[in-house]
Amino acid sequence: MSHALELLQTASGPGLIFSWGPFAIQVGNLVVITVMIVLFVLALFLPFPGEKRRK
Amino acid sequence: MSLGGPAPAEPEPAVSEDDEKSSTWTGAARRWLLRRLPPDKLLPDDQPSYVASWIYVFGMATIAALVFILISGLVLSLNGPQWYHVSELGHFVNSVHLWGVELFFMFMVVHLWGKFWMAAWRGGRTLTWITGVLSFLVSIVTAFTGYLLQTNFDAQWIAFEAKDALNATGIGAWFNVANLGQIFMWHITLLPLAVAAVVALHVVLVRMHGVVPPLDAADSDSQLTSTDAAPSESNGERS
Amino acid sequence: MSTTGPDMSGRTRDDLVSRPWRGAKRHYDLFKELTIGILVVGLLTLGLSALLSSPDDTTVTLRQWSRSAPADFIATATAELGGTSDSAQYGPPYNSTPDATQTLGPIDLQSLSGVRIPIDTANDFVIEPLKTLPVPPAAIRVWTAASDAQRTAWTTDYTAALAAAPDNDPSRVKKGAYGPVPALTHALLLMAGNGALDNVIQAPGQFYNMDYTRGILFLGDGAYFPGLAQAQHLTGDQWGVMNETGNYPGQSWLWLFSFWYQIEPFSSAPNADLLVVFVMLVLSVALMLVPFIPGVRSLPKWIPLHRLIWRDYYRKK
Repeated sequence: MSHALELLQTASGPGLIFSWGPFAIQVGNLVVITVMIVLFVLALFLPFPGEKRRK
Repeated sequence: MSLGGPAPAEPEPAVSEDDEKSSTWTGAARRWLLRRLPPDKLLPDDQPSYVASWIYVFGMATIAALVFILISGLVLSLNGPQWYHVSELGHFVNSVHLWGVELFFMFMVVHLWGKFWMAAWRGGRTLTWITGVLSFLVSIVTAFTGYLLQTNFDAQWIAFEAKDALNATGIGAWFNVANLGQIFMWHITLLPLAVAAVVALHVVLVRMHGVVPPLDAADSDSQLTSTDAAPSESNGERS
Repeated sequence: MSTTGPDMSGRTRDDLVSRPWRGAKRHYDLFKELTIGILVVGLLTLGLSALLSSPDDTTVTLRQWSRSAPADFIATATAELGGTSDSAQYGPPYNSTPDATQTLGPIDLQSLSGVRIPIDTANDFVIEPLKTLPVPPAAIRVWTAASDAQRTAWTTDYTAALAAAPDNDPSRVKKGAYGPVPALTHALLLMAGNGALDNVIQAPGQFYNMDYTRGILFLGDGAYFPGLAQAQHLTGDQWGVMNETGNYPGQSWLWLFSFWYQIEPFSSAPNADLLVVFVMLVLSVALMLVPFIPGVRSLPKWIPLHRLIWRDYYRKK
């Protein structure tokens, strides 16, 4: 449990940043926001299991 | 028809004749509650047929994340705010708390997006919408106070920066982000209670009003006129 | 139904949307769904925690500051003595510096509380801590006996001399009339370097303490602590409000709050914090009141994502 991959800790170094103009996003936040958008789109498009109609 | 097994068509009497005669405050409150939220609306075992999309799981997912935030938060606070720096188990519980919070907000915002595009406030559901947004806002404040309790570099920096916004609005003197004692109480007691209260109210409202029907749904739609249609609400309420 | 389309407000009417649903139902098990939800989300949470852990960058102490950036420490201590640091000039709730508050026209909320967390930087950050030393420096008496004008002259000159010195090194400062200031700041540096200042500055004479106001203000007045934050992209003009140390996700829900600080007029406004708070308050209330805002509440009608959500229903209409 303690030997986490710690992929995200860069040993007190700065994180990875992507920037365009006034916009700058850190990679962790970028992943979170991307996952949210993907989840939303998937939720809209993925078919929902057929219903059992209640008589 | 008490002989023939459960009779779904028979409305369950939520209010007996004796109740009607009682003029106590308690009796009146009970009758009101039972009218607005009878047991089978509070804990239904069916949903309207249009509740058939993955978008509908995100409200529940948000609450599930909240469960893990509360449990991990409880363990962290029982051991004191310094524990996770020196204990591997503590660090793991801290991680659960952090990822629980990330997932909580992710699911909540997807839920918000879904509800907006469904215009879920329609049909008298404005308070449901309002309590939902309020849950979001109170959660943000709760998360903020949590970050202040990390007792690490990030907490120091956040306290240093956040003081400006609070001082500029005049409340920094009473809500001192650099005072661990004050913030601790906000984060582990006052604000979680506020979140729980608003979320509970929000869920109760969803149960009371039901899930909003589709835009452009009409009384002539087959889902309302076909013989498959389930019997009317058992309490006979029209709200 | 209205010929202009569905009613996008939240009004209760005697219509299909407001009434309880009398149409087709589907099977639904609330407790089962809740259980599955908790299991799935639990696996996600525990899995992410095991794989990715969480950040915990250790605190910056005054001891660390004094040893890693002594020149910055000395310069900051001088500013605290001279009352020219950010904290000294902050205004309420720390002190009553005139014209220091963030205002918006006649609105001055910062002054409302008054000086409820009084901080006198010269005494609280330098003189009083030094007095707790086993052998307090003699320079304290010189400082205490001097007039305000004399103190200002000393600190102003020493600040300028430090800025002019190579590497801002106090030991390579030009000779001048700085009074007790070099001795005081040097003594404070040594005190911090021994670890004695961290406790004493927060709660003089007390055993217990949970209020770190003074340490945080002192750290923030320097360049070392903010410099560490800058390296981690945590400052206001780096979208820092929503960021976390390392590569960890931060508070992405604060994206809009962070955004305003990146653009004019906020980025160079002296009352930026007040402005941003007002803007976000207005927008938050607006979000709550969407059902009452024509146009905004009709967006779901004009951009029909709902046709995807309810496509089964519409197919069987």
